[in-house]
Amino acid sequence: MPVKSDIFKIGSAIPRADALSKVTGQEKYAADYYSPNFVWAGVKRAGVPHARLKSIAVEVARKLPGVLCVLAHKDVPGSNRQGIIFKDQPVLVDTKIRHCGDAIALVLAEDKPTLNKALHLINFDYEPLPAIFDPEKALEERAPLVHEDHPEGNLLQHISVKVGNVKEAFLECTTILEGSFEVPFQEHAYLETEAGWAYLAEDGRLVIVASTQTPFRDRFEIASALGLDIDKIRVIAPYLGGAFGGKDGLTVQSLLGLAALNSQGRPVKMWWDREESFLAGVKRLPARMYYRVGAKADGTLHALDCRLYFDTGPYAHLSSEIMALAMEHTGGPYRIPHTSIKGWCAYTNNPPGGPFRGFGVPQVTAAMEQMIDMLAAKLKMDPLEIRRQNAVRQGDRNCVGVTLVNSTGALDCLETLALHPLWQERKKWKESAGPFKRRGVGLACMAHGSGYGPIIPDEANAKIELTDEGKLRIFCGVSDMGQGNASTCLQIAGDILGQDADSMELILPDTDRSLPSGSASASRCTYTYGNALIRAAQAFKQRLFERASTLLIIPTSDDLSLIPGGIRHLPSGKEIPLSQLAQLMDPPERTCTHYYRAPVAQEKLELHSSSKVFGLPHILFSYAAHLTYLEVDELTGEIEINTYLSVSDCGRVINPQIYEQQIQGGIAQGLGYALSEDFSVKEGKGLTTDLSTYIIPTTLDVPEMVSIPVEIDEPTGPFGLKGIGEISINGPLPAVANALADACGTRISRSPFTPERVLGAMKEKALHEVKP
Amino acid sequence: MKISFTLNGKVNQIDVPSARRVIDILREDLELTGTKEGCGAGECGACTILVDGESRLSCLMLAAQLEGRSVTTIEGIASEDRLHPLQEAFVEHGAVQCGFCIPGMVLSAVDLLQRNPNPTRMEIRQGLSGNLCRCTGYQKIVDAVEGAARKIGSKKD
Repeated sequence: MPVKSDIFKIGSAIPRADALSKVTGQEKYAADYYSPNFVWAGVKRAGVPHARLKSIAVEVARKLPGVLCVLAHKDVPGSNRQGIIFKDQPVLVDTKIRHCGDAIALVLAEDKPTLNKALHLINFDYEPLPAIFDPEKALEERAPLVHEDHPEGNLLQHISVKVGNVKEAFLECTTILEGSFEVPFQEHAYLETEAGWAYLAEDGRLVIVASTQTPFRDRFEIASALGLDIDKIRVIAPYLGGAFGGKDGLTVQSLLGLAALNSQGRPVKMWWDREESFLAGVKRLPARMYYRVGAKADGTLHALDCRLYFDTGPYAHLSSEIMALAMEHTGGPYRIPHTSIKGWCAYTNNPPGGPFRGFGVPQVTAAMEQMIDMLAAKLKMDPLEIRRQNAVRQGDRNCVGVTLVNSTGALDCLETLALHPLWQERKKWKESAGPFKRRGVGLACMAHGSGYGPIIPDEANAKIELTDEGKLRIFCGVSDMGQGNASTCLQIAGDILGQDADSMELILPDTDRSLPSGSASASRCTYTYGNALIRAAQAFKQRLFERASTLLIIPTSDDLSLIPGGIRHLPSGKEIPLSQLAQLMDPPERTCTHYYRAPVAQEKLELHSSSKVFGLPHILFSYAAHLTYLEVDELTGEIEINTYLSVSDCGRVINPQIYEQQIQGGIAQGLGYALSEDFSVKEGKGLTTDLSTYIIPTTLDVPEMVSIPVEIDEPTGPFGLKGIGEISINGPLPAVANALADACGTRISRSPFTPERVLGAMKEKALHEVKP
Repeated sequence: MKISFTLNGKVNQIDVPSARRVIDILREDLELTGTKEGCGAGECGACTILVDGESRLSCLMLAAQLEGRSVTTIEGIASEDRLHPLQEAFVEHGAVQCGFCIPGMVLSAVDLLQRNPNPTRMEIRQGLSGNLCRCTGYQKIVDAVEGAARKIGSKKD
């Protein structure tokens, strides 16, 4: 056994609790459920971007031997609408097809070959409709409507935030720069595609085991879509094989639920293949961003005006909220006294947009951090110096006017980066480029707001139980999609309760067993659940001590100490095993829970919107500064990332190994976003349908990374921690763009920076330079 | 079709359609769900198994190709009382996050270390370049393989 069973300690780099079962192949993911009598369920997809559905011919498929049933919208017992805030997505299309991945029919079959055959045998008749694929054009007067009943036409949300007087402020600037930037869809490309398993329990309740970030919230969506009572639905979330936001909300769940209601009592399995995952799954929202930044002669930022256009595709999902978070980060981690920030999020017939690690912030960070470098170049300032000069400090207001009352380590990150050898020795490295190579270094500085912000409470209910055997059972109420929060729960509770791995048990989210604790998202998992868990563990410790002191006939519990599996009275050496204590406590006493709700900003913004705004503004931010070394091949346009440094303020670190995992993983995904990942869409159809055309980084594309925490204590955080899950994905795209500009003197407004685009930009620049 | 092959050291007889994918035989018929499917098209490496000691993609192999072969899956590389050194190293070095790519990654690394017991970090990266991971950024995986190679090497000396 490689995992030594030491008493858990905050701050120690202990291996994760799930590593052993995963490395031996024993861990059971949602995709790993089979039973002797199970049925496969699969979906017929539309394949056309916008059409009126006229009829569905299912009879041929239904008669195929091995097919249990074929279901269409008429078979959906409830509202047939799902969605998190706006319920605008049909489980099975009834009237209109709004994107190529829409679900038309659901098939249940004995085996996969029969299922695939049946799906091919389903025909449907439709009337094609004019479609809209551009978010700006979607807002024009005569654009085809994606949802005819939506009162604002194709406008899902428009938000406008103002601080100070931006018009006058620009008149006071000596330098004004404009820039426009475009970022594409990004596909999550988790290794475990959307998967689940469902059955009707003996008591008639619907049980769904799913690869989901949101087991508790899923029940509400499923209940309304399928017309079921929430109490009749149980959702279980095992470890996920990656999610990154793409499993925040329903994927297979309501389809699986519908299947289980029609499977003649047999368990049902649904597992999208890679093509279906790319076709039907949500993607990072593409964005077009128009920036205007004004500064004083000394480089002090003074005014920011920006307009952002996001494409949500056919359904609302969480796109309004994504845009809102993006807007809070448009100005980066800088003091800008006068801002005007406007965002539009539009419906189109493109693939569906939705949450992806970063939640709108990678898009705007890409724009703002390039603007900062452009400004530095124009003012002949050092790019690090201009960032240091403008970086927010605690007590400053950010670009939407919110006072930063929590720990604010942007400057600490920049200062630490400035002293690092990679920054100090950058010139020497640049000068030693080989023939036909150009080298550049690039910086980016970023913030990331965590939690839900106002309106939807960011809350958690921690639960701890003492089992009959005397083990401490820790319930992790928030899905672990790979980020390691479940292990961190053990580490937190183990530290407080003085236990080791052998004396504890971990229970993953299960709506029948753990308590509602929100989604695995928003860099909130350990912050919110950890805060609840700390208090539950402390209260439970006190309760165990009180009972133990009675049983040990000791007047006070002051000198008691928890040891693995027991409680010891230090002065007398008397001990009581937890197993014995468990027998002497009533079952209700052996459970301890604690509810925690994260703080929200109290300030009111000067804000206008077309519909209700959720989650704006945030109050707690993590910060980071990134540096990349990059080499461009003059002949091929290929970019090689040589090395990557990140310095992050995510508060105190509970487990340095998990800290590095999160930072490194985010950087790798961010580098993919910068260099190769471009989910290409033509007239609503995805062109990059698999992993040979949609290129995610391999071992050869990600450099060696240095990740340094600045460890500023955050008083509201569990053991001083702040969110860490997302911040690092915000930096690579702008850092690479800035390094590319440093190497070649050119900027490419549309990412990713593929060899073709880099070569094209270099050629254009050369032509331009030849001209008089 | 009747097929006889060795699976994790034990002789196995199965009767399956000759065109059934090996990954389906392993996962569905033999309940060895440690072998993962990430793309079904030979692009991600999650379904990697060892066939006669060499890494192969089980989503691209059909039943008939198993006849007379020796197959090792992730469930078969640890001995009864201890993990394979690579498994140990993956745990210790924090190379496991969501873990879905890990069985394939470990088996590719087993193959790599058999061919090259003392690889450089670049050789490790090249050896594992057919296995996609979306969580880790690969650095800790390279650390783990490097660490395991050192451990295996020092035991042999």
